[in-house]
Amino acid sequence: MTTALRDRAAIVGIGQTEFSKHSGRSELQLACEAVKAALDDAGLSPADVDGLTTFTMDSNDEIEVARAVGIGDLTFFSRVPYGGGAAIGVLQQAVMAVATGVAETVVVYRAFNERSGRRYSAGISEGIVTADLIHWSWYLPFGLLTPASWVAMFAQRYMHETGCTSRDLAQVAVSTRKHAINNPAAFFHGVPLTIDEHQASRWIAEPLRLFDCCQESDGGCAQVVTTLERARDLERRGAVIRGIGQAAAADQENMTSFYRPDITFLPEMDLVAKQVYEMSGLGPDDVDAAILYDAFTPIVLWQLESFGFCGRGEGKDFIRDGALELGGRLPCNTHGGQLSEAYIHGMNGVNEGVRLIRGTSVNQPAKHDHVLVTAGVGVPTSGMILGKLD
Amino acid sequence: MDKPELEATLRGFVGRETGPPVEGPDPVNEVMIRHWCEAMGDANPVYTDRDAAAASVHGGLVAPPTMLQAWSMRGLAMADLRQQQDETHSDQQLALHELLTQAGFPSVVATNSEQGYTRYLRPGDRVISHTVVEAISGEKATALGIGYFLDTRTIFRDPAGDELGWMTFRVLKFKPHAQPAAAAPDPAAAPAKPRRLRPPLGHDNQWWWDGIAAGELRIQRCRDCGTLRHPPRPMCGRCQSIAWDWVVSRGAGAIHSYVVLHHPPVPGYEVPLPVVLVDLDEGTRLVANLAGRKPAEIRIGMRVQARIEAMDEEMKLPVFHPAESGS
Repeated sequence: MTTALRDRAAIVGIGQTEFSKHSGRSELQLACEAVKAALDDAGLSPADVDGLTTFTMDSNDEIEVARAVGIGDLTFFSRVPYGGGAAIGVLQQAVMAVATGVAETVVVYRAFNERSGRRYSAGISEGIVTADLIHWSWYLPFGLLTPASWVAMFAQRYMHETGCTSRDLAQVAVSTRKHAINNPAAFFHGVPLTIDEHQASRWIAEPLRLFDCCQESDGGCAQVVTTLERARDLERRGAVIRGIGQAAAADQENMTSFYRPDITFLPEMDLVAKQVYEMSGLGPDDVDAAILYDAFTPIVLWQLESFGFCGRGEGKDFIRDGALELGGRLPCNTHGGQLSEAYIHGMNGVNEGVRLIRGTSVNQPAKHDHVLVTAGVGVPTSGMILGKLD
Repeated sequence: MDKPELEATLRGFVGRETGPPVEGPDPVNEVMIRHWCEAMGDANPVYTDRDAAAASVHGGLVAPPTMLQAWSMRGLAMADLRQQQDETHSDQQLALHELLTQAGFPSVVATNSEQGYTRYLRPGDRVISHTVVEAISGEKATALGIGYFLDTRTIFRDPAGDELGWMTFRVLKFKPHAQPAAAAPDPAAAPAKPRRLRPPLGHDNQWWWDGIAAGELRIQRCRDCGTLRHPPRPMCGRCQSIAWDWVVSRGAGAIHSYVVLHHPPVPGYEVPLPVVLVDLDEGTRLVANLAGRKPAEIRIGMRVQARIEAMDEEMKLPVFHPAESGS
């Protein structure tokens, strides 16, 4: 069983740039600023770092970041594919490196100008398609070009089978927005949202409306991962990684797994859940708060089901009465999520997960022993449970 | 200059001033206001009648707010900016336009402008404008041709630095659609209609698209175990055979799920555009568009029939239609 990585490493530093619609500087600079901020938060220096890992979609080479930040020798560097699905995968890389002694202190980072540069919402096109050319041939000519359009195909069938409505999806957006209102780093800081406003927002790809879709943002995030021994010597409290896993499931496509017999749940996220629960020895009842990847509202419901917070198809019932809000059963996306804080491919959620364990969130739940953090949905993905450093 | 290099250079312009602040050659004055009002047919006396203006809420003459830009425009000299270029007075906007002209985007058209007015201007006010390149789009295919949208933002201030108003201005710098050659037999000479994106083709899917071109909707079949598979793959996931052929689908099936596309608009696709995921009767699924039903009439489970139709002179696609009743 995959318990080898349980309690072997901790996130001891988190860093981020401001989140904006126009950073006005290079992606490399954003990466460097985020990495430096994470090291400062950890109380470590660039010279302490011997490993770096990021997304295959990141444009900032490990060695460029290392040179710019003044990180010296590296004994570990790696990349994880599939967009936001990599958000916890990169941390798994770091944990494996630290647990095996391949490296002692690994920084993971992700930085992009996703709003002022190339926007994912602009859609794939003939010119941009690279490695998986043939895959996209089944969708390009018919107009399925954007992440919203791919997720909408699953959402329509899910809503048909479960009775989930657009108003139920609105509840996800509204609950998340309540958290962003208190977060100065959030795009929607101080801006409330009502169910009716959600319902009045324009269609993007039916059944998804504008407020079912996340922000598009410029920014960078980074985390520092090291051994528990080293973590205990540091001044600031770290978050221990109790369980972590990656998964691609049978008949997986990159965002378009339309050919499985049942397309109303996430086999790959089920497989992530199985791993993190088995590794950590914990279950859904032990999870006090969650950061669930929320590029679009329906994917939050599917993850609640994958992680066993409710039965299959019951996501819409679970979230009624503010279950995802402070004081609810599962305070979720307390930073405002990607829907309302910023879309940094899930990495801003990792930072919030660490803040929740530390007790420093702007929306801090009273009980915060264990926090679930997940990565992208519809892609090969990853997830983890964080706990307190004893 | 190749495209990545051009776009990197373009991005370097974002945030730059187009030049130093420009002070209008004349203060706000009654003569220009009167000419403007005559040209616009605006008879509001607060602009031209001193007594009426004095008795109004303004307490005296004011300029029409929409004249904001006029006060600091460079007049006829603007038409010949290139001649004024020297090292000390380089206009970044002109440089930007030159760059795109050199890169093969010679034409320009203004597409949008918005203005905001902070206060009324009165005779004697001086107006200083300051313009920054606010944003440059990626390459866009438009009805006029392929090009780049250039956005500027101008702030108008008085000599004390207080804001008088602002203006955003968007132009499209573009490559016009090629004109039909003189010998071309096409008498319509209409601009080329944007076309749908082409499917990337390779070993593993060319044969399927060849089928579409030939009017056949094909489904890959393992020659060893007979499993049908779509999208096609080079190996059978069930028996690992690399031997395969295909069957021709009857194109009949039922809607398993669907999406109605609205945003963003993409040239070559008309929205709202329904896309359906269909359970073909042969057992595989296929994504394609649906015709013949309004979005609100689409239902999961609805029976549909594929036809292969021409999208343009080169590309055919399968298109689903509601099945004839009883079929």
